[in-house]
Amino acid sequence: MTRLEMTRRTALLTSAAIAANVANPLRAFAQETPRKGGVFNVHYGAEQRQLNPSIQASTGVYIIGGKIQEALVDLDANGQPVGVLAESWESTPDGKTITFKLRKGVTWHDGKPFTSADVQFTAMNMWKKILNYGSTLQLFLTAVETPDAQTAIFKYERPMPLGLLLRALPDLGYISAKHLYEGSSDIRQNPTNLAPVGTGPFKFVKYERGQYIIAERNENYWRPNAPYLDRIVWKVVTDRAAAAAQMEAGDIQYSPFTGLTISDTARLSKDKRFIVSTKGNEGNARTNTIEFNFRRKELADIRVRRAIAHAINVPFFIENFLGDFAKLGTGPIPSVSTDFYPGPDTPQYPYDKKKAAALLDEAGFKPGAGGTRFSLRLLPAPWGEDISLWATFIQQSLGEVGIPVEIVRNDGGGFLKQVYDDHAFDLSTGWHQYRNDPAVSTTVWYRSGQPKGAPWTNQWDWKNDAIDKVIDDAATEIDPVKRKALYATFVKEANTELPVWMPIEQIFVTVITAKARNHSNTPRWGSSSWHDLWLSA
Amino acid sequence: MRILSLAGRRLAASIPTLFLILIGVFLLLQFAPGDTVDAMMAQMGGGDAATARELRKFYGLDLSIPMQLGNYLWRLIRLDLGFSSIYGKPVATVILERLPPTILLMTASLSFAFFFGLLLGVIAARGVNKWPDTLISTLGLVFYATPSFWFGLMAIVVFSIYLQWLPAGGFEDIGAVQTGFGRTIDIALHLILPTLTLGLIFLAIYLRIMRASMLEVLNLDFVRTARAKGLDETRVVVKHVLRNALLPMVTLIGLQAGTMLGGSVVVESVFSLPGLGRLAYESVVQRDLNTLLGIVFVSALLVILVNFLVDLLYARLDPRIQAEA
Repeated sequence: MTRLEMTRRTALLTSAAIAANVANPLRAFAQETPRKGGVFNVHYGAEQRQLNPSIQASTGVYIIGGKIQEALVDLDANGQPVGVLAESWESTPDGKTITFKLRKGVTWHDGKPFTSADVQFTAMNMWKKILNYGSTLQLFLTAVETPDAQTAIFKYERPMPLGLLLRALPDLGYISAKHLYEGSSDIRQNPTNLAPVGTGPFKFVKYERGQYIIAERNENYWRPNAPYLDRIVWKVVTDRAAAAAQMEAGDIQYSPFTGLTISDTARLSKDKRFIVSTKGNEGNARTNTIEFNFRRKELADIRVRRAIAHAINVPFFIENFLGDFAKLGTGPIPSVSTDFYPGPDTPQYPYDKKKAAALLDEAGFKPGAGGTRFSLRLLPAPWGEDISLWATFIQQSLGEVGIPVEIVRNDGGGFLKQVYDDHAFDLSTGWHQYRNDPAVSTTVWYRSGQPKGAPWTNQWDWKNDAIDKVIDDAATEIDPVKRKALYATFVKEANTELPVWMPIEQIFVTVITAKARNHSNTPRWGSSSWHDLWLSA
Repeated sequence: MRILSLAGRRLAASIPTLFLILIGVFLLLQFAPGDTVDAMMAQMGGGDAATARELRKFYGLDLSIPMQLGNYLWRLIRLDLGFSSIYGKPVATVILERLPPTILLMTASLSFAFFFGLLLGVIAARGVNKWPDTLISTLGLVFYATPSFWFGLMAIVVFSIYLQWLPAGGFEDIGAVQTGFGRTIDIALHLILPTLTLGLIFLAIYLRIMRASMLEVLNLDFVRTARAKGLDETRVVVKHVLRNALLPMVTLIGLQAGTMLGGSVVVESVFSLPGLGRLAYESVVQRDLNTLLGIVFVSALLVILVNFLVDLLYARLDPRIQAEA
């Protein structure tokens, strides 16, 4: 069996190389010159309904569409906006006009030139009308003017902070080709969405549903000498344990966004053939939540919400169940968000069972028969092992202070419907995804007046005028320093009122072959274009 | 030809059953909270209410439930299975794409289970209560009691990771574009582990049934007659006992073909095979009603077909059945 020997020999060489790297990492990397060629196999856990990132903002789309299509801007290694299809940008002092100068000489994979008309079409017809979060971000976008092929001028009805737009565009700024969508009756059903055409370093080749997706090197890519890889193959593996086995067998080189089980991830982190890290996912931070339904009179009492927070030993949970990949959270803006994190000096609720009991007594919920004060229904979201463990931990912790909790499990659709539309919950728990700027997907958890049924928004029947005002002011504040101060106030208020508690911070975990180079070098690397990724021999 | 008309009558009788099943599944899925738009929102990580409303209209979810059911049945009568909301393609196309891996896997593992179940069952019955019987029965119990996902994962660990003999998953090798015979071999290699995993459980059932059935027939009068007229033991077993003992096995095939046609979610997930089981599971999670009903419809058709064939096979194995009919 030659295959066997080859694989074992290469494996041995790799571990030798790693041992060398560990001994002297800088020298080992400095000596290497990038190698062209190779196939990069990627674990793809959950198939989406389509692959176009201009109409769906989710990691499941970026992991594929983000290599084929490109956005106006991306984030660089320091998390700062860097031009991709846009070369430069400027805003007028009133914040109502933002001008992008576009890159010259870029062509679509079908050979047609990329122009400002594509930007205009995508912004007005996709971002503003279809793209989730995009439609909120671009709510006050009135027009995109195109004086020439390389200039796109965004006109806003209300001031749009340039910083907000630039931090949102890496996710919400992918461009689609106008000539492929124009005139089609329904953009959502356009066949191009399943065979995307872009300007990116990789060209779509084939999508076999339930099996794999293939993209190959774009020979006419606008960055010189890029990309390095010959092809990327995304393999659909729904079973997490099977995906870990395929990684060990060498069939998969990269599992993004915490795609493996906690135990397999821990096991592979000790294996020299793989690198297990949160690096490269800083732009995909999330917090675990406890959401309170104010329709329950007990939970509408702030003392009860605080008591529940005090009753749960979060550091114990993190240490024993989540390990190194999670840390204590301090509110809705996670600490990785250097531009907005207000520091930990906001109201916090450290573990204190006596205080929890005292608060509950004070609120008038004294233990009745069998020590029970009142009982609650908890709905955990079905995504992620951590949520399931966290739900059980909440149940046991609250049981100890006399609040028996019944856990009601649902699948994805059922969970969203029951929590955000039917409001049939007392407590619910899931993830809040932080997308680089609090105005993108964070403040909707607190702002009142969210339409019924909109998932991951304030459906708690809770309204606070002060918080509403801070959120609205911050969304249109052009001065970055004042914006940061407004969001600090927002976090303080949110932690005081506690309609949602966000006590755990997590970043997605990447498991990748140790042969990969130039990986995880930006805060949203899994979603980025991989134009500089290469595999060592 | 009387058996044919009997089987034909049973075929006709199964059509109302089919409709009842479809209506039942339709109503059952209405009890599950959330619809396909909720599932889509869950996948996208959020969206606004206007988008959701527009999508519901697009998928025809703004109609009342009786209207939706009526529309579905009316389409079905015209042999139109509808449009899949997760795949954006006609349901018939989606199912046709997934059918070959399922049928291959099912045929392979049923044949494997049937053949070895028969063989081991006969060996066990011949040496009843001696060591071959004990060994075979114990192994059968172990196979039957082991969960298939564990079997599958252990098979991957041993044969793919340590020995590196067989691929760890997938339907075919994507790296090399193969055609013709090379591709056939490649697919066969990919199917060995899933076939064994799925087949071992069924093997256990077949060998128990075969053993019991053989033991029963071996004690019948006509076997004594056959022996008395001086036939050697092999001829007695093969010509007289086996044929009569096969009837329960054939019944079982008819029953299990149905189970297996629905696909095996567990085996397909562990080995990343694009089969009907995973499709059905995904349709439930994504609340893709059309696809799910389509799968139920196609599986039911196949089950009816298999049962029709089993009816015919009965008559072939035991001429008395035809006479009594």
